[in-house]
Amino acid sequence: MSEETGFTPAEMMTIAASRALKNDDVCFVGIGAPSAACNVARLTHAPDITLIYESGTIGTAPDVLPLSIGDGELCETAVTTVAVPEMFRYWLQGGRISIGFLGAAQLDKFGNINTTVIGDYFHPKTRLPGGGGAPEIATSSREVYITMAQSKRGMVEKIDFFTSFGHGEGGDHRKRLGIDTAGPTLLITDLAIWKPDPVTKEFTVVSLHPGVSRQRVQDSCGWIVKFAEGLDETPAPSELELRTLRDLQARTRAAHEGTGKEKAA
Amino acid sequence: MVKFLPLKQAVAENLRDGDTVAFEGFTHLIPTAAAHEAIRQGFRDLTLVRMTPDLIYDQMIGMGMAKKIVFSYVGNPGVGLLRRARDAIENGFPNRIEVEEHSHAGMANAYEAGAAGLPCAVFRGYRGAGLAEVNPNIRSVTCPFTGEVLAAVPAIRPDVTFIHAQKADRKGNVLVEGIIGIQKEAVLAAKRAVVTVEEVVDNFDDLHPNLTVLPRWTIAAISVVPGGSHPSYAHGYYARDNAAYLEWDEIAADRDRFQAWMRENVLERTADDFAARVEHLRKAA
Repeated sequence: MSEETGFTPAEMMTIAASRALKNDDVCFVGIGAPSAACNVARLTHAPDITLIYESGTIGTAPDVLPLSIGDGELCETAVTTVAVPEMFRYWLQGGRISIGFLGAAQLDKFGNINTTVIGDYFHPKTRLPGGGGAPEIATSSREVYITMAQSKRGMVEKIDFFTSFGHGEGGDHRKRLGIDTAGPTLLITDLAIWKPDPVTKEFTVVSLHPGVSRQRVQDSCGWIVKFAEGLDETPAPSELELRTLRDLQARTRAAHEGTGKEKAA
Repeated sequence: MVKFLPLKQAVAENLRDGDTVAFEGFTHLIPTAAAHEAIRQGFRDLTLVRMTPDLIYDQMIGMGMAKKIVFSYVGNPGVGLLRRARDAIENGFPNRIEVEEHSHAGMANAYEAGAAGLPCAVFRGYRGAGLAEVNPNIRSVTCPFTGEVLAAVPAIRPDVTFIHAQKADRKGNVLVEGIIGIQKEAVLAAKRAVVTVEEVVDNFDDLHPNLTVLPRWTIAAISVVPGGSHPSYAHGYYARDNAAYLEWDEIAADRDRFQAWMRENVLERTADDFAARVEHLRKAA
């Protein structure tokens, strides 16, 4: 934790991401950082937000963050649980998702995401888990939010594989492929908030988190960073936001570590 | 017609070398006991189909049973990578495996097409996605009414599907509830289906009429294996053993440690050992 600010960059990231979600959003939640942000939103300013996980759980309200997208609590607290084909056909493809919230292993400046391979697809240096639901979440959700911690390895000029399509080469590339949804409209990192340029669609920093310099953003990003004119400073986390996030993470840690301890021989 | 069989016999009667087989379960109700029985019986050259090949396919791949995998997410959900599958894909250890990769939407639609008796599935997908360039089974069709170009993938038709479910009644009808995933489609798409269940009850008279029940004539064999889904979970019976998923990451990271673990926990065990593994998870369910 930073001595000066009283919160970590990771906490700032999750809280900034949570603020982007509205009470009437229907959000398809990716696991990891998106899941924490979505649940902080639900526990603070957006109590009626509909959170959907790809396991088929619609309108879920877990007390702890799930380790997987299909933990039992997601189903127990959901408004309804549907089969996986129904999830992807009626709810996602049917256009009922307002925000698809994704994380990324590799990201480029146009919001294209790689979670498939590092290196060549057929002879990968590292085989990553792959896309899961992401290829269609990225094109069927009305908008896509992305959240990830900045690093030169993660934010690269050119991704190794197009797991899910953002703005492609930029400009109207989505439209040219017949994709009529907005695509990535927001990127929240541990250092800044980014939005795509209205014309080029290149992610541009619009707000720096408290205490973060332009140089620090550039030093942990693999492309030349563009900054918006009239750059804002992201408001620091409120006491309520911080407490909500930390309590959620403490409950989650206790729940996930607990089960194995008394394992039968 | 469905038969109640010990798991050993159910697997022996329904799985063969070279089969295309699906052990399905979307995080919930993963048929671990059935997969471990298949490992003990040492099948070879299998085409392993599953949306989320997690620990059990990592184990089968690590034991050299797979010729090919068809999947949409080859990870340990919430933990990270599957290290035995990675070793096979990256280094050809213990053998090279063929990879056919889809998205979840692609696999879900393909199972549904299989269940529906269609040759292929049509949906709005893979737009701009790299998978369409590396998987020749991802193609497109043009809607004859609107001209919209849509993705097409071949239907999934496994030789045999294994699932785990909460319960069967005495006649052999099967109830699946909670996160129902793709189980119904995977059973109906397959030539043969084998189901492990937590328990058998007299009848389903008190069930809600809209629950997911697979009629007995859709299933070849049922085996009663309490705890048979561990470290996955059975809604209403026991909770997911998240710590075991975290632990697997370390076990599978090392080839020798993996072999030792498999010997101790799979090869030298039986299906009867599963009940004790979920005992401490029952309260939490």
